[in-house]
Amino acid sequence: MADPVANIERHTIAVLVDNEPGVLARVIGLFSGRGYNIESLTVAEVDRVNSLSRITVVTSGTPMIIVQIKAQLSRLVPVHKVHDLSDEGPFVEREMALIKVAGRGEARIESLRLADIFRARVVDATTESFVFEMTGASDKLNAFIALMDPLGLVEVSRTGTVAIARGPGRF
Amino acid sequence: MSAEPICGADIVIKALVDQGVDVVFGYPGGAVLPIYDSLFKQNALRHILVRQEGGAVHAAEGYARSTGKVGVVLVTSGPGATNAVTGLTDALMDSVPIVCLTGQVPTHLIGNDAFQEADTTGITRPCTKHNYLVKDVADLARIMHEAFYVARSGRPGPVVVDLPKDILFALGRYTGPETGRHKSYRPQTQADPARIDEAVALIAAAKRPLFYGGGGLINSGPEACARFTELVRLVDAPCTLTLMGLGALPASDPHFLGMVGMHGMYESNMAMHGCDLLIAVGSRFDDRVTGRLNAFSPTSKKIHIDIDPSSLNKNVRIDVPLLGDCGEVLGALLSAWRKEPRPEASPGGRSHAAGGAARNAWWRQIDAWRARDCLRYDRGRSDLIKPQYALERLYALTRERDPYITTEVGQHQMWAAQFFRFDKPYHWMTSGGLGTMGYGLPAAMGVQIAHPDALVIDVAGEASILMNIQEMSTIAQYRLPVKVFILNNQYMGMVRQWQELLHGGRYSESYTAALPDFVKLADAFGAVGRQVSRPDELDEAIREMIDTPSAFILDVAVDQTENCFPMIPSGAAHNEMLLGPEDKAESPVSEEGMVLV
Ligand SMILES: Cc1ncc(C[n+]2csc(CCOP(=O)(O)OP(=O)(O)O)c2C)c(N)n1
Ligand SMILES: [Mg+2]
Repeated sequence: MADPVANIERHTIAVLVDNEPGVLARVIGLFSGRGYNIESLTVAEVDRVNSLSRITVVTSGTPMIIVQIKAQLSRLVPVHKVHDLSDEGPFVEREMALIKVAGRGEARIESLRLADIFRARVVDATTESFVFEMTGASDKLNAFIALMDPLGLVEVSRTGTVAIARGPGRF
Repeated sequence: MSAEPICGADIVIKALVDQGVDVVFGYPGGAVLPIYDSLFKQNALRHILVRQEGGAVHAAEGYARSTGKVGVVLVTSGPGATNAVTGLTDALMDSVPIVCLTGQVPTHLIGNDAFQEADTTGITRPCTKHNYLVKDVADLARIMHEAFYVARSGRPGPVVVDLPKDILFALGRYTGPETGRHKSYRPQTQADPARIDEAVALIAAAKRPLFYGGGGLINSGPEACARFTELVRLVDAPCTLTLMGLGALPASDPHFLGMVGMHGMYESNMAMHGCDLLIAVGSRFDDRVTGRLNAFSPTSKKIHIDIDPSSLNKNVRIDVPLLGDCGEVLGALLSAWRKEPRPEASPGGRSHAAGGAARNAWWRQIDAWRARDCLRYDRGRSDLIKPQYALERLYALTRERDPYITTEVGQHQMWAAQFFRFDKPYHWMTSGGLGTMGYGLPAAMGVQIAHPDALVIDVAGEASILMNIQEMSTIAQYRLPVKVFILNNQYMGMVRQWQELLHGGRYSESYTAALPDFVKLADAFGAVGRQVSRPDELDEAIREMIDTPSAFILDVAVDQTENCFPMIPSGAAHNEMLLGPEDKAESPVSEEGMVLV
């Protein structure tokens, strides 16, 4: 349906699936096969006993596409539940990054100072490098990584977004 | 639970029997030999040996679509599985319940590029409703039953079960069908009652309502089709059907306008364009139906009944979506409709009573559209058979025998849809969503297996029929009296038609220069063949075909230049139909239309 391009919305969707072989391929294949965007996707088992995994996917599209994405996800056989966190009230969204910065002298001290301001933790250090661990909203991670760039940024590893609804309710 | 452990192959066979399967279409190979060995030792299941695995899937589709049961396929690993891919995709697009068992190399060799290894679950993931790789014989019985459950529940579709050879030899315990209810997959079948009331209110208030039924009705079953027919008659509204839905409402019912869509009837498409309420039931607003989306049914509110949540609001915005099984939802609609006192429609026919003057005006408008007689064609030279004429005669001479019709893909398919009139579901089998040339012959084979005494005709084109011609050998082996009615225009007619309309008549590679002699070909496969090229011989030839107890190929030489009309050119709207050759100059295909298929 030809919705105007201006209508693009970003949604964080949580999907509860059977933790079985191929389930992630099914979800990713659905997005690539139908031309939907994936901005970030994370997956891990969350219920050992019932063997359920939770996928958090951040996607974007017109309202009609977002509805389609949710409908397409829910008709996959191993999918139990699909929740559009963006639509269903307040939720918290977090991401973790490991950020390696190498350098000596003033740049090295500056990176440590900024890490302190951003509440990043040092999880590895040598005389010429740090690995910072940082958790927060993706924007905050982006800002910190941008600041590290001129200070000797070597590499970044990020988890992608995980999210959960606020309040006592259950998925 | 059975006491003694049995081998995986025996578990497979036992599960098939317990699922009520009576026939399997298949082709053997190394990886499935244990299953063939188990088949050899039993009598409950019949195996039909096809000549190519693609034929097996289409045969199973024909079987499924003419019975409402699940079709079953058995193929070997690697090339056996990859040959099945087209059929699986076809079944996915047309929502046909299929369980396809594929052999696989033993588990310890998976990933090793072993002989005849293919990543079958990987390859078939996007072309099945669901698939399984069985890695432990303890899961085998449950997965077999679950495969049937998934294939037939909700929106039906193909399911692949990939069976490594070591699993087929391993000993395990059998469990019955009750273990196959998937732990969480439960498609919603009943619609929200509040929405039912909303829909009834809309229907009651509509001045220009139109029913638009699709293949989902056929899938939902004869009971759903009967409820649909009842509702159409009670509301006394016109009704159109999609290519996949033909037979859901009797074609002889006066409310029926004929097929809708690209080669649908003028009155159906005009009614879609002009209605103020569109009631879609088990249809999916496919691009072959809607034409240009931004001009689709611009003045209507839309009600949509479908079992698949992703079909609702996919292409077209729906005012009242009713998620659920067509039959169930129609039942709810019928009882809600009957709660209010309403003017009675005359039984079995249009009364023009409901809704008063506005409704009468709507029917008058429809009659005016009908009067255009959009299937009219020029009979042309007296020594040349027009393809439309051939189908008119085929229909006239076979209708008493309640035939099952399958088709290949092309012009002949569209003409068959236009000129055959189906009064019942399950009698029309065609490849709609995927448009697979080569579907019709094996599908006819599957239909004939399910209905041994019925008249089964594959309406074919000379190009399509060659795509699975090897199945004539299967037809010979099982003495199936399948009839093949070839509309032979020596062209890939549908391709030629598009080249004429869109590409300046440059007929690039659409002519087949070295066609076989179909009479000799029939003979070679132990069938009877006949060629006919004069209109005055046609009736007699058709009679010979239907009276011959064996398989028969009737090769009908038809006008090579004929085009299929009416036609909504790609990128055009319903009210921009071409009714015949003289129309085409006025409405050239737009630039946007050119890129569409
Ligand atoms: C497997 C496959 N390949 C290609 C096509 C594209 N195609 C659609 S119709 C057609 C021509 C069919 O010719 P024929 O069977 O002679 O039927 P006609 O249109 O002449 O009636 C072709 C090539 C297709 N639908 N399926
Ligand atoms: Mg042809």
